[in-house]
Amino acid sequence: MSTFLQQLINGISLGAIYSLIALGYTMVYGVLKLINFAHGDVYMVGAFMGFYLANGLGVRGAQMIGASADGLIARGLLGGGTLEPSLITALVVMLLAMAICAAVGVVIERFAYRPVRKYSRLTALITAIGVSLLLENGGQVVFGAEPKFFPELFGKRNIELFGGASINSADIVVLLIALVLMIALQLIVYRTKTGRAMRAVSFNLQSAKLMGINTDHIIAFTFALGSALAAAAGVLVAIRIPRIDPLMGILVGLKAFVAAVLGGIGNIPGAMLGGLLIGITETMVVGYLNPTYKDAVAFAILILILLFRPSGLLGTVAQEKV
Amino acid sequence: MPRYLRNLIIALVVIAALIGLDFVFQGRMISPYFVRILMLSGIAITLAVSLNLINGFTGQFSIGHAGFMAVGAYSSAYFSVNYGVNFANSLGGGKLGWVVALGIATLIGAVAAGIAGLAVGIPSLRLRGDYLAIVTLGFGQIIVVFLNNIEAIGGARGYSGIPIVKSFFWIFLIAILTIVIVYNIVNSAFGRALISIREDELAAEAMGVNTTRYKVMAFAISSALAGAGGVLLAHFDGYLNPKSFEFIKSFEILIMIILGGLGSIVGSVLGAILLTVLPEALRGFAEYRMVIYSLLLIILMITRPQGLLGSTAALKNWRKRSKGGAKSPTSPTAKSPNPTTAATQPDGPIGGENPQ
Repeated sequence: MSTFLQQLINGISLGAIYSLIALGYTMVYGVLKLINFAHGDVYMVGAFMGFYLANGLGVRGAQMIGASADGLIARGLLGGGTLEPSLITALVVMLLAMAICAAVGVVIERFAYRPVRKYSRLTALITAIGVSLLLENGGQVVFGAEPKFFPELFGKRNIELFGGASINSADIVVLLIALVLMIALQLIVYRTKTGRAMRAVSFNLQSAKLMGINTDHIIAFTFALGSALAAAAGVLVAIRIPRIDPLMGILVGLKAFVAAVLGGIGNIPGAMLGGLLIGITETMVVGYLNPTYKDAVAFAILILILLFRPSGLLGTVAQEKV
Repeated sequence: MPRYLRNLIIALVVIAALIGLDFVFQGRMISPYFVRILMLSGIAITLAVSLNLINGFTGQFSIGHAGFMAVGAYSSAYFSVNYGVNFANSLGGGKLGWVVALGIATLIGAVAAGIAGLAVGIPSLRLRGDYLAIVTLGFGQIIVVFLNNIEAIGGARGYSGIPIVKSFFWIFLIAILTIVIVYNIVNSAFGRALISIREDELAAEAMGVNTTRYKVMAFAISSALAGAGGVLLAHFDGYLNPKSFEFIKSFEILIMIILGGLGSIVGSVLGAILLTVLPEALRGFAEYRMVIYSLLLIILMITRPQGLLGSTAALKNWRKRSKGGAKSPTSPTAKSPNPTTAATQPDGPIGGENPQ
């Protein structure tokens, strides 16, 4: 029972991260009908931005990597203060990484996706694959191909639960931050004028344009929002498992994408639900079945859901018009 | 001269030419590096042309091609390691024995991949567009996970000890056969049915085309040919690793046919050669090689979205479908030579009547 509880909390915490990334996929698909394959790599960039920020701001404990060349450059650029590891530090690092990645997302949209928007969706898809390859290979050149170790942004400890179970405080922090971000997103999408414009664009781009919505701005905003969430996920993952490398986004990105499809692509609550389900199932398979099949789980779920309910759990079934 | 006689003569001439070239390339007159790239191009042509059958001509967007390639590669490698050696030895163990053994291995790989294609195609070809793409991607990944876990074929360590048969003859025979098969299919009643599915699935169905049956058949044939390509790859380096069949490999083949132009066999051949040669040509840039490669890909998509030799029909159809069935007879198509006219049209690539 206690292990089950532990696994469940692990799964939810992992699932929350998948959800954050899945939200980016689903929002972009909503407005552009584009599977943004580069999204997983934006998440990777987010983790690396967190890494350099932590070094640049001089988070204690980050010094051991601060001696390396890029660590020193980051320090030089950011002044190299000294920060005690604390929750506030973690938040500052995460928010800055989010801001940088939002800019990265907008740049990608502006220079890669906007020029091909007038062509077929297939062209856009291949462009997305190109951007993904660019970020992965560029990341290997800029960040170095070898894995880096993310500094501890706040003191982690194990919290004893009843029945002998114990959970890591990092898991709880990750879960809480993810929850706050998702609530914030929900407020943006359903309570603001920009959010309403986003929903209008995703419902029908042409009509939204006719109603006077600047669709270019809304699409750019969607990319900014999605990329910021991916960056947050990147930092949160690095807090849980402090090992980051330029190819870390490929598999996680695919799984998050599966989560978005599972919940019903284009559907925001669906992405959150899908992420949690994938995270929990994956943790359970690792805990109780064969860990080597952990990567197959997400895809098996995906195939089942697509064969029996292609629109996803919360998606609406669209009628085909002749 | 009767047609079959003419075809027979052409076939014999091609085979003789291939055997001749095989001998030329075995001698050290031509740089082995060049021969290697040439052979890799041949394998790439097999893969690209086979993928074009389902993606370009039938209009069904599959991105799990590497999975079928893996099925072909592994099944034939298993045969070669366990039975092929004896077989080749029973034929004298020389080059000839191995060439025959490789032929049998190719058959086994193609049949295994074809069966896998049937098994994946029957359930998933009910889906369309993005969803079909995602399902094929998923199946491709699942095949890789299984390969990682089957110890008899090396698991995650990779499958080594496969007899190396670098046969220029076989590689190009299979590549030419693939081109001939796909060409003949496309120019037959079967092919016209496939193209009608690409152009408008509903209309094709209304005209009495059994769309599911044709799609599944095209998918199985395409998978079988990909399997044959996998066989060649398995015996090229003598080592297989599940990692090399991840979805990145599928993307690579996909990029070849898009670059060459969907629905164009010549385009696929060019795309396959280009994408095999390009990374080699960029070797001088060392670590920036792949960065330049991906940048070139993006720039090519922006400047020439229909590919080098694209039939615009395939792209047009994707465009139409992406509009969710909205009718707009005046809408510009991807073939619009002047991008500004397309840009100023109020008709964007997405939207349409329903948000799906």
